[in-house]
Amino acid sequence: MLRIAGNKLGARGFTSPFLKPAGLTLRSYSSSAKQMTVREALNSALDEEMSADHNVFLMGEEVGEYQGAYKVSKGLMQKFGPQRVVDTPITEAGFTGIGVGAAFYGLRPVVEFMTFNFAMQAMDHIINSAAKTNYMSSGNINVPIVFRGPNGAAAGVGAQHSQCYAAWYGSCPGLKVLVPYSSEDARGLLKAAIRDPDPVVFLENELLYGEAFPVSAEVFDSGFCIPIGKAKIEREGKHVTITSFSKMVGFSLKAAEILAKDGIDAEVINLRSIRPLDRTTINASVRKTNRLVTVEEGFPQHGVGAEICTSIVEDSFGYLDAPVERIAGADVPMPYAANLERMALPQVEDIVRAAKRACYRSLPAAATA
Amino acid sequence: MAIWLSRSKKIAHLLKPKIAYFPQPKIAPSEFSYKIYENHVNSSSFGTLSGENIRSPHVFLDNSATMSALNRQWRRTESTRAGEQVETVPYSDDNYEDENQALDFPGGRVSFTHEMKFISEAADKRIPCYRVLSDDGYPIAGSRFEQVDKETAVKMYKSMVTLQIMDNIFYEAQRQGRISFYLTSTGEEAINIATAAALTSDDVILPQYREPGILLWRGFTLQEFANQCFGNSADYGKGKQMPIHYGSNKHNFFTISSPIATQLPQAAGVAYSLKMDKKEACVVAFTGDGGTSEGDFHAGLNFAAVMDAPVLFICRNNGWAISTPISEQFRSDGVVVKGQAYGIRSIRVDGNDALAVYNTIRAAREMVIHEQKPVLVEALSYRVGHHSTSDDSTKYRPVDEIEHWKTARNPLARFRKWVHKNGWWTDDEESELRGSIRKQVKYFINAAYFFL
Repeated sequence: MLRIAGNKLGARGFTSPFLKPAGLTLRSYSSSAKQMTVREALNSALDEEMSADHNVFLMGEEVGEYQGAYKVSKGLMQKFGPQRVVDTPITEAGFTGIGVGAAFYGLRPVVEFMTFNFAMQAMDHIINSAAKTNYMSSGNINVPIVFRGPNGAAAGVGAQHSQCYAAWYGSCPGLKVLVPYSSEDARGLLKAAIRDPDPVVFLENELLYGEAFPVSAEVFDSGFCIPIGKAKIEREGKHVTITSFSKMVGFSLKAAEILAKDGIDAEVINLRSIRPLDRTTINASVRKTNRLVTVEEGFPQHGVGAEICTSIVEDSFGYLDAPVERIAGADVPMPYAANLERMALPQVEDIVRAAKRACYRSLPAAATA
Repeated sequence: MAIWLSRSKKIAHLLKPKIAYFPQPKIAPSEFSYKIYENHVNSSSFGTLSGENIRSPHVFLDNSATMSALNRQWRRTESTRAGEQVETVPYSDDNYEDENQALDFPGGRVSFTHEMKFISEAADKRIPCYRVLSDDGYPIAGSRFEQVDKETAVKMYKSMVTLQIMDNIFYEAQRQGRISFYLTSTGEEAINIATAAALTSDDVILPQYREPGILLWRGFTLQEFANQCFGNSADYGKGKQMPIHYGSNKHNFFTISSPIATQLPQAAGVAYSLKMDKKEACVVAFTGDGGTSEGDFHAGLNFAAVMDAPVLFICRNNGWAISTPISEQFRSDGVVVKGQAYGIRSIRVDGNDALAVYNTIRAAREMVIHEQKPVLVEALSYRVGHHSTSDDSTKYRPVDEIEHWKTARNPLARFRKWVHKNGWWTDDEESELRGSIRKQVKYFINAAYFFL
């Protein structure tokens, strides 16, 4: 059944109170149109939070003297000193344990992993020491810790440096999992994460660090925070909903532009938060467009897309006009060679194809049998 | 299997119950024994220990009637009675003041002292490092070492030169955008090659990432190095691995893995399996100074010692872990002192002295194979190059420090002087070799493009 012009009016999706009011479908450029890179956004967020609260401190490999493995903590050690910006020896399990212990006793550590791939060596502390403690202590102990670092594929770094951990951390109760895309996301979410009294896993992306985004004046305010658990509709549309997070938001927006030329008006949702997942916004959007494409970089099985699909099936099944399309990375450890890597990651064309499938599907899935 | 039998003997030895005595030196003997008895009967936490204790301190208990009553009360199984082979301490007034009395605790007998003495956090002197050649290439007076014959020495030197040139050119290739990543071993050529020369091709290598010289020595060709770095179709990994992540089954060289120190417990496991093969071979696992901070370092060394695994642990202490100097890595006297903490024999050697490294590894390998236990070698050196092509070390260390180690403490120069003095190498051969290697490396880099 073709429903190109969806006439079901569901609730409007969430629009950020920090940008221009609803009415504009495209992501608006504010009047000040200042640019900020994600790196600057993270750096300034850390700087301001550390100035505001003396309990906040940063620890990780190369964060101090080296200015940060990706220069995210540039200048912080010079400003706050080695007691607040702590260079750790090479032991993720060790320094994560140290961070959690500090959080137990009242400090607010920000633990940086050179990549979340190395955080696997610290997984026990993240889950068993940090995530579960509040519940296990019936609310008596809270762990105000932030684990941050690059997540997902970079460019040509092979299997042990490229895995996306959004789904793994997202399945664990007790954690909050944030996935910023733009500079505004990075700044607002990191501040919210540091102020949060519970463990937060903050999944950045190495390739986005250098990317500049236009930001409005509100973003520069030191009180600027984005609420955790709220997705953002980056681009409003009528025909198909595309959910994505982190780098894939950029790809989805590009795909939406290509789809627009074919008359398909895609709504792009930037999830911002994997846990808690903003099911309300996603469901409202699908009830409006009736079609869903989920996009992620990580492995397909048990991925974020699988969870979103189930959420829609549970809450908005009757509104779906087509099966949910899931775009994910290939089900292989990330190969190194550039041509293989390109094939292992979702590309803009893949998103476009999936969206078209969701829109033009006229036969039930059993047609492939 | 023979190995299991010898293990089970060890287990049985460990399981032999050790009796715990709790000394209260101020109490008179008769009161003392009574108190022990009381403690054991009343305290529920002693379990079978108290059952056994009742029997052996019969020398202390005055009342044998009580003794038989206790025997009836504590029904012990055959095994606990059989396990009572623990020596009892002869207890008399004379020994009371003797400081050399010993106690049996789980883990063995330990003598006790009434003086509270803390072991100092640092020894008076640092462990000295073994070296054989002076900076000028002369054997140091009084140094004892096994002579290396001309063929081996020349091969060693040529391999060191090849490694150095290969590193330089591949590094440049990365800078030119031909490959995406590279990691040099500059400054540690002696550790690489001398170790390789001292081992046999049967010895299994678990590298960290700064040991390509071992592959080079064993016959990995420059073309194969180039192929791996380019990730082309001739690469054995078929482009699945990042550059410098070499691996080769036929050269007994485990593939390099990025997470740090994971190879250390793996080495203990490989060695455990190698023991069963009963070959004249051992496992050689490398790590840097930074890697010793990882939890896996503890697990690897501890269990290699417990399992009597034939692993030779080599720590390349080159002073830097990316930007972390060793003063921030650990507070111990380097890595060599950690060996004893695990019950592992260890030695510190000058990593820039190829001859000393060669001798040390030869000796250590003999120990590992014939005694079937791990040995730790700490090779002191300096990381002349940057950590990798993603690093600029001038940002966190002085340039003149790097220059000093590059020139005055260069391991190649030192070894060349020695080889030259022996009349085994000339300057002409030097320039010819260098020119030839440079040409070859460039040729193979270009050839790698054909297989892309």
